[in-house]
Amino acid sequence: MGDPLNRVEGLLKVTGGAKYAAEYNLPDETHGVLVTSTITKGRIKSINTKAAENAPGVLAVITHENAPDVPGYNASVDNEGSRVYGQQFRLFFDDKIYHNYQPVALAIADTFARADYAASLVEVEYEEESHVTDIRDDLSKAIKPEHHNDYSRGQAGAYKAAPVIIEQEYQTPIQVHNPMEPHVTTAVWESEDKVTVYNKTQATKISHKEIAKSFDLKEENVRAHSPFVGGAFGSSSRVWPQEMAAIMGAKVTGRPVQVMLKRDQVFNMVGYRPRSVQKFCIGSTADGTLTGITHNAYGTTSQYEQFTERLLDPTKSMYSCPNLDTTYRLVQLDMSTPCWTRGPGETSGSFPLESAVDELAYALGMDPLALRLKNYAEKDPENNKPWSSKYLNECYERGAERFGWNKRNPEPRSMRDGDWLVGMGMASGIYKAVRDRAMARAKLFPDGSLLVQSAVADTGPGSATIFTQIAADVMGTDMEKTRFEWGDSTLPYAPGQFGSHTTASVGSAVYDVCTALKQRLQQLASAAVQQAGPEDLVFGNGHIRLKQSSVSLRYTDILKQHNLPELEVIKESDSNPSMNNYSGKSFCANFVEVRVHSSTGEVRVNRVISVVDAGKIMNHKTAQSQVYGSVVWGIGIALMEEGIIDHRFGRHINNDLAKYHVPVSADVPAIEVILIDKEDPVLDPMGAKGMGEIPLIGFTAAVANAVYHATGKRIRELPITPDKLI
Amino acid sequence: MAEKKNCDANSPKGNNCTHHSEERRTFLKQSSAMMALALTPPTVLKAADLDEKVAEKFEKVPVTLEINGVKQKLSVEPRVTVLDLLREQLNLTGTKKGCDYGQCGACTVHIDGTRVNSCLTFAVMQDGKKITTIEGLAAGEELHPMQEAFIKHDGFQCGYCTPGQIMSAVACIREGHANSEAEIREYMSGNICRCGAYPNIVNAILEVKNGGQKV
Repeated sequence: MGDPLNRVEGLLKVTGGAKYAAEYNLPDETHGVLVTSTITKGRIKSINTKAAENAPGVLAVITHENAPDVPGYNASVDNEGSRVYGQQFRLFFDDKIYHNYQPVALAIADTFARADYAASLVEVEYEEESHVTDIRDDLSKAIKPEHHNDYSRGQAGAYKAAPVIIEQEYQTPIQVHNPMEPHVTTAVWESEDKVTVYNKTQATKISHKEIAKSFDLKEENVRAHSPFVGGAFGSSSRVWPQEMAAIMGAKVTGRPVQVMLKRDQVFNMVGYRPRSVQKFCIGSTADGTLTGITHNAYGTTSQYEQFTERLLDPTKSMYSCPNLDTTYRLVQLDMSTPCWTRGPGETSGSFPLESAVDELAYALGMDPLALRLKNYAEKDPENNKPWSSKYLNECYERGAERFGWNKRNPEPRSMRDGDWLVGMGMASGIYKAVRDRAMARAKLFPDGSLLVQSAVADTGPGSATIFTQIAADVMGTDMEKTRFEWGDSTLPYAPGQFGSHTTASVGSAVYDVCTALKQRLQQLASAAVQQAGPEDLVFGNGHIRLKQSSVSLRYTDILKQHNLPELEVIKESDSNPSMNNYSGKSFCANFVEVRVHSSTGEVRVNRVISVVDAGKIMNHKTAQSQVYGSVVWGIGIALMEEGIIDHRFGRHINNDLAKYHVPVSADVPAIEVILIDKEDPVLDPMGAKGMGEIPLIGFTAAVANAVYHATGKRIRELPITPDKLI
Repeated sequence: MAEKKNCDANSPKGNNCTHHSEERRTFLKQSSAMMALALTPPTVLKAADLDEKVAEKFEKVPVTLEINGVKQKLSVEPRVTVLDLLREQLNLTGTKKGCDYGQCGACTVHIDGTRVNSCLTFAVMQDGKKITTIEGLAAGEELHPMQEAFIKHDGFQCGYCTPGQIMSAVACIREGHANSEAEIREYMSGNICRCGAYPNIVNAILEVKNGGQKV
């Protein structure tokens, strides 16, 4: 564990051998292309599919008028058990239009080009109603989400009485996940009541369960197969229209159907990070001791569901502050439902928090890092529980030293390099470190090889690699002889790969199943070994060895002796009950240097030091890559990413990768990653916490703070585009 | 296959094909439709008027391409991109569809040695050309140095943009655009990596460039 090993699936990924959901080329496979609504709200008056049906190669055109019955669409809504409150979107269910780009028809043909052409021939007449797509239209109409309770401690509005006060409004934009692989599913009905989906999903078990429910199938008759997922970042954590469309299409045509969304379609159909408007007020005494925070956040949702995210979580737990009151409200818009997006909530919510702390530092004439240290939370102020582990002070210390924070002249506009204004900023981050129930199966074979399996996805973090490492480490087998199988719903249960809990959850299951397998081996071994206590045994190099003795048994011999073709153990692993007494969080400190062009307002991130406390690191190579990912995302949200809607039409005006800017290589500077690499003693047996999201939390504020330092201009509305600086 | 052939509309009379008369009708329909097509000005034609089989014969064009060293005689519709040809017709799915509008670089291949977004070029435009995809980069079992370097430097996460990145990276060195980190960043900016593996990709390219291996 910990070694910077190459990824186990690396060879497949660099040779084109890794198969993603669209790449199975099944016999008789067909292609479905979705036709989407060009209005934002209203109903379909008529839909003419004749020309499309007669086009070459077309097998079927599905609309709400002829769609196969989906039993789950008629079932009553279960808001108790659901992850999102409300009525999920029902594809081709009726004539209602809830948002622009809502799918209204699916054209299926024998090739993509033919399906695409047929889709262009579908004629839809709409009856349009007026719509609202702008969060700013009327904040007073915002609703309190059903699945949310406002949190407060101490006295509400206490900041007002403080000697030094910051009271500001901050805004974060719509961010679209835009994974490089568009959302795609290939579905095939193996028989009347049995379906296989080659799917882009972060959660094969959610996929499988929800599809079984929708189509009223036995769970064992649905298989979701997703070993390779071309990026997801939260956007593949639910079942979406392309999955339902492919399954319906395959039902109607009797052939496998592949449905891949077009790039413009992913902007308003399969989730996005909602825009936020946040009022943030903070007050302190003259020496920088925080006395009160008020944080009122507004997010957005659709008209049919209430999507909530953890905007307020960093504010609750980041700093020691006796008085805090928060509210969270949703503005219902005529848009598709948003979806969890890398660091969901925390990313947007930490922008005002970490910006306001910087503003307060300037108001106090105090160093921003010193202000943070002054209000360092020794236990979680949300619940007064001790941290399961926290090395944020070490993050600050090592980052500041490496970055040269003490050389920073705090005066805005004090540093310059030719035409470029130079600024330095920093911010801290906090993100939940949790562990959920997960299962794993381990099989030892007579040739000494070990196979471990779990349904978990690996969308890119390197989970398959670290699970192989954990298994090899616990079992004492060589990496070459250890294999991990993942990404299929027929494998033992794993939660979705989101919320930075995969390593802690599935890693623990892998750890536990291998520990159980060792115990099985011990039971099957010679009497001397059977009677030995765990402290007297060493498992390594494929042998059980007795300490202080020459007795050493090969795993393979134990299997042969008992005539076992394989030795199999399945184990379920759940969170450690003693975690109830602790607060589990990952932490980070980001230090950023920017250059702002004095005449054009162009901002370039010039240097980043990201210091992360994510517990014990399972693989230094893939962990570093995870931090790079978060930093690149942070640069994107801070400087360029924004889903822009023309509210007159309720339609995105930049829904492609030329107009919606994501960072490219030239936008990303040298990034230095420092991993604290100290174990969390409570969360899981490996000592690991989550890695995938923490470095992003607060990052946008670090950039905005650096921009303020460079220019003297405080930008409170992301992204920081040149027009805001000139 | 032999049986199927006997049922072809053009097969000689007297075979035991059960759909014979039906097939014959289809043939006659096709012939007359072909004739009608030939006489109709193209502007008046609507695809919807065409019988599927006629359309198939009418719409496909012969193309010869050398793909990963193998010369292939193909029949493709003029509207089919090189990307869709590779992925759908030839099962070369290593080349990825990321945006289909030439904005992300995931579909990068080499055509006559030049890096090209394969989603932006029709297959029929490349008649007679040599195409190399990610599947054709390694020399048999031996990986191309750039593939090795991507594994070593963790130049990918989800892996979806990777084939395009690698094809672009090889071309970047061949073009002479990999002389510094800054130059690599600039000339690799047509290939988006949403996972953010850019620093590792730059390091992989630098290593291959500085290693002096033939790319």
